Amino acid sequence: MVLVCLLAYYGREGTFILPSLNRKRVSAVAIRGKSLISPDDFTVEELQQVVTTANEMMDTGIDSYGDLCKGKILATLFYEPSTRTRLSFETAMLRMGGSVLGFGDANTSSVSKGESIADTARVISYYADVAVMRHPKEGAPKLAAQYATIPFINGGDGGHQHPTQTLTDLVTIARYKGDLAQQVVAFCGDLKFGRTVHSLIRTLARMQVKKFVLISPEELTLPTHLYREVQAKGVPMEVTTCLEEVIPEVDVLYMTRIQRERFFNEADYQRLKDTYILDARKMEGAKRDMIVMHPLPRVNEIAYEIDDDPRAIYFKQSECGVYARMALMALQLGVM
Amino acid sequence: MMQVTSISEGIVLDHITQGNGLKIFSQLNLAALDHPVVLLMNVPSRLLGRKDIIKIQNIKDIDLAMIGLIDPSTTVNVIEGGQIIRKHKVGIPETVKGLFKCSNPRCVTNSDTYAEPNFRLVDARNREYACEYCEETTRYRL
Repeated sequence: MVLVCLLAYYGREGTFILPSLNRKRVSAVAIRGKSLISPDDFTVEELQQVVTTANEMMDTGIDSYGDLCKGKILATLFYEPSTRTRLSFETAMLRMGGSVLGFGDANTSSVSKGESIADTARVISYYADVAVMRHPKEGAPKLAAQYATIPFINGGDGGHQHPTQTLTDLVTIARYKGDLAQQVVAFCGDLKFGRTVHSLIRTLARMQVKKFVLISPEELTLPTHLYREVQAKGVPMEVTTCLEEVIPEVDVLYMTRIQRERFFNEADYQRLKDTYILDARKMEGAKRDMIVMHPLPRVNEIAYEIDDDPRAIYFKQSECGVYARMALMALQLGVM
Repeated sequence: MMQVTSISEGIVLDHITQGNGLKIFSQLNLAALDHPVVLLMNVPSRLLGRKDIIKIQNIKDIDLAMIGLIDPSTTVNVIEGGQIIRKHKVGIPETVKGLFKCSNPRCVTNSDTYAEPNFRLVDARNREYACEYCEETTRYRL
């Protein structure tokens, strides 16, 4: 009996797994055909369903799903540069036996001729079974989903939302940390423009973590509407400009890049870009089981010397991202 | 005492805060109507001290959301056969479509004609609305 319980709590790599987040099942029918523009589009149960499925896929092994999406097509509509997200989506679909079409630069598509987002969405609906869109304009994937007849996924819209990064982060926290209700989650860096932060914090607030710690320069604090929203969920929040002061109480440290492309003024970027650099000295003050996450790519905010620290799991996070996207698309397409 | 005759069919916007009558008149473009419209300003009021009133003959369908944005304390009186058949406070609108622009320059509604600005109220006191597309808060100002 004891052995059975232990197996339930430990995953393939000896990592702690949260039964309530990873093992809860809801009907996959609810996700079938559904677009994901914001994490709010999915109920907590549906988010748990994706996390559970992704973790099961990780446990089973990537080679077991080679025929799952045979005959299905993913359209990748990337209106601004992306390496990680686009490749992660493409890998996810190819690993499930499906095909991929699309563009990675608006200048090579009909957009350069002035085609509207709505028209592109309508046409792509006849070509593919599921689509992912990244766009510099905030709300563009939502607009596309309103005119599409296939499930649309927001692959990042300006500084607004990045829901599949949120799914990636949820899978990662569940796999490497466990029970959300016990976690003090700190966000550090650009909380104003960091869309990964926006998506994750509102979702974790819905799932009721123990506490949030918001670490940023005063110019890059969380937008007011989000702050209010998280506050309304009743999760305690601490706001600070000093990482060293709060790091001893943190369980999950989510580092972010100061986003040069979101600044209207280069001088402001130069002044703020190196505000927070996580190095070995700062890590000495952290808990031994704290995890360091980062949506990547990093610039200067995490020193390379941290990479070998077992608490640094940002590369494993990328692995979780592939499984999160496999699980999402498989559920949207109704093949699981 | 100035005399303004009552209307037999149409709408009377009453209890408009002094000074807002002209704003409502202008924003609703009432001057372009083919029907008689009367704007009364600085009318003595037992309740408000001074108030503005707008009377619109023959029209019953007007943009209440815009009136609510400018002056939610306005009372709408619907007149039929010389009688008030319906009377209600406008109140501040919970949702607003297409009446003002999103203040976020990165919002898709500021660059794509298919995306009509659509907002939901988040702070009535400050007239703050969240954009349906980018979720940024926009404070309505005339």
